[in-house]
Parts: sequence; C-alpha cells; structure tokens
Amino acid sequence: MVLALDRINSLARRIPTGVVWVGAMIPFVWLVWAAATNRLGADPVKAIELRLGLWGLQFLLASLCITPLRKIGLNLLRFRRALGVMAFFYIAMHFLAWVVLDMGLRWDEILRDLYKRPYIILGMVGLLAMLPLAVTSTHAAIRRLGAARWRRLHQLAYVAAAAGAIHFVILVKGWPLEPLLYAGAVGALLLLRLRVPHKVRT
Amino acid sequence: QTGVAKSAFSTDAAPNTLSEITTYNNFYEFGLDKGDPARNARLLTTDPWGIEIGGMVDRPGSYDLADILQGAPLEERIYRFRCVEAWSMVIPWVGFELAHLLNKAGVQPGAKYVAFETLVRPEEMPGQKTAALDWPYREGLRLDEAMHPLTILATGLYGDPMPNQNGAPIRLVVPWKYGFKSIKSIVSIRLTDTQPQTTWNMQNAREYGFYSNVNPEVSHPRWSQASERRVGAGIFAGREDTLMFNGYGEQVASLYAGMDLSKDY
Repeated sequence: MVLALDRINSLARRIPTGVVWVGAMIPFVWLVWAAATNRLGADPVKAIELRLGLWGLQFLLASLCITPLRKIGLNLLRFRRALGVMAFFYIAMHFLAWVVLDMGLRWDEILRDLYKRPYIILGMVGLLAMLPLAVTSTHAAIRRLGAARWRRLHQLAYVAAAAGAIHFVILVKGWPLEPLLYAGAVGALLLLRLRVPHKVRT
Repeated sequence: QTGVAKSAFSTDAAPNTLSEITTYNNFYEFGLDKGDPARNARLLTTDPWGIEIGGMVDRPGSYDLADILQGAPLEERIYRFRCVEAWSMVIPWVGFELAHLLNKAGVQPGAKYVAFETLVRPEEMPGQKTAALDWPYREGLRLDEAMHPLTILATGLYGDPMPNQNGAPIRLVVPWKYGFKSIKSIVSIRLTDTQPQTTWNMQNAREYGFYSNVNPEVSHPRWSQASERRVGAGIFAGREDTLMFNGYGEQVASLYAGMDLSKDY
C-alpha cells in the first residue's frame, strides 16, 4: 500500500501540471464541436447547460479531494490550482450559457429569477464564492495575502461546493439519484474537514 | 392512417421534426432522462390493448382498442405542446375527440370528472421498478374540459401510429395544459363525481395543481413560466413569450370564468 502510494507520488511529480490544464479543456472543446455539428440531441441548450455545470461541479469536487488524499499519503497538491481554476471556468461558462442561450438575454426575467428562485440564487452564491478564489489563484496573490489568510479565503470553496450541490438537487423535477449522489459526495468531503476536538476531559 | 382529415384547430406553426418529438420525452415509466423513453420503450407490447371504462357511465366494461377506434373520427391536429419545464414543441397528432369515446360509453348525469390511468407493467416499463413516482401514473380532467373539442385521444403522429415513447397506443392530448396532464398509454378511464387524484399533484401539490393550465402569470414555485424555449429552434434562438392557455384562450378561457387561476393553478 505505502509502496503503491510512493510510486503514484513519484509518477505525479513527473507529470507537468500543463497536462491537467490542457486535459481539462478537452471536454469544453468537445462540447463546442458537438454543438456546432448538431450532436447534442433535440435540446442542445439544456445539454450544454447541464454538461458545463456538471463538469464545473466535478472539477470542484476533484479539487476538494486533494487535502483528504494527502492525509492518506497521496500528494497531488501541485494539480489543485488547475482543478480549481478549471472548475471556475466551467461554472462561469455554465452561467454564461444560462444567460445567453437559455434565457436569451431577457434581462427582466433573469433579474427576477436572481432574487426569486432559490436554485438560481444558490447557483449565483456558488459562482460568486468562486470569483475571489479564481482572482487569488496566482503565486503572487498567495504571497500578498499570506498563507494563512489565503487558506482562510479559499475555504469559500466549501460554500461553492455546497451551494452547487443543492442547486443541482432542487432544480430538477422529482428526486432523481444523480444530484443526490453529488450532494452526498460534497457532504462527505466537507465532513472530512470537520476538526475533531482534541480536548480530552477527565 | 392515411386520408386523415385536417382540422381547423391546427396551428400553422411549423411542426417539430419526428426525431425531436421522439427523442425528447418525459415518460418516467421508461426512465428519468429525456432520452430514456426512446431507448427503453421498444420493450412495450401495445397489441393487444384494452381500456377499462368505468364509473358513472351507462356502458361500463373492458373495451378492446380496435372497438374504440372503430368509427372514431380521426383528424390531424397540429397542436402547440408546452411542458411545465418551460420548453415547447409543435406536434402533428392524429387522434379523435375524447368526447366521442365518452359519448359512446354514455356519461351519466351526476358525473363531474374523468380519471385516467397509465398501464402498469414493470417488466416492460423499467422505470416502474423504481419508486420515482407512485404508479400507476394518474391524471384527471373536469368533465367540461374532457368534453371540449380541443381535447383528443391521440393514436398517432405525423400520420403514423403513435411511437411507444410518445404514449402508444393511445394517449390524451390537452393542448392548453402543461404536458404532464396529457397522460400516455391509457388503460383506464373512469367517470366520477369527485376530483380524482393526479400523479404530480400527489407528488408535490404546491408545485403542480389539478388544473395546470398553461399560465405565464402563475410561476412554478421554482421557476418562471413567463417564457419558453422552442425545442429545435437552434442554440441562439432564445425564448418566446408563453401565451395564456398556451394560445388556446379563445377556445377555453370561458371554462374558467369566475375562477381565480392563481389559486386553482
């Protein structure tokens, strides 16, 4: 087990982070191609919206896996920035698809949705929570903020993941399994971060 | 089904393609994804098919589909179809007025409502092996809605027999109501004097009322109903305004005179 972890760690050290950046763009390029060649079914707008949102949530979940994995000896920290920034990219594209393709730039309806519809509000909370994270994703920003403050700020990722997962659960009709599984995964990843109090009382 | 009569009730809007109509379906008996019915519905046996007609009728009984269709005045009805999820299509149904069948069965004077049920056959309808909805799927209409000439039982589309995923062999179409009212693959029709239970209303009464008339002014609690996206219009087509009663107000608004449609949604 330890040997296997060591092997993965040393392999991971040799993979340039650029591989993750480029790899993470492949779904997006595929989506643009599939949309342009009419391969997304009868309702391509919903397909685009759903895929972008789902990939955003998946990248966000992947970035939240880095810390728990480190606790069991798997060090993939070098890739976290790419995962987080790509999560933001897909969520921002998801938002843009909603505004432009789904809502057709009907600003009056968009604004009404933004204060009246819980799932839209939660989606916006998620997006806004990720904005400062994307902006402070550079080495320079970490230096400027200091590691402790940067870490505290980046706990907003928890807010984003929770908001995104609930957004997915409540936007569908009925209770299909898939959104509930994502909500469960987010819940588990957040629970893993709860610090168990070390105080021992006698 | 050739030589089917045209109808003055048809819209002149261009119908969606057969491929759009048959690959984008909400038919939870075959799965929750809109592509599931097209994948799974081929399993469904639609021949033989019977409909149990009961309750407050003069001639109750189990009717064979062939007997029901005998002499039924089939017409092509090109209707707008508006889903509660805020997308829409234009669909060239083939069918006949529900009133024709109800008159054949003989509606008794005290009857006020019509209750419908979909087939339950989990071995052919994989979605029914899950508890996604409380099976059978149930729908209902007030008697005057059921007798309205716009309300049809459809047995085909684009001049061909109804594809399984669209509710073969016979389904309801009520074009001024949200799509889920148009119950598919019907095996039971009952006339009653009390308002029947309906599936989505049982699932979530706050979100899905018994009437469920298309109404741009009454939002679904989780989303607006003011506008809709026409399936097949293209990625950059945007939205169009949703019309009161899905554009059939001239024909049906009088059914609801004096009712507060924000309460009876």
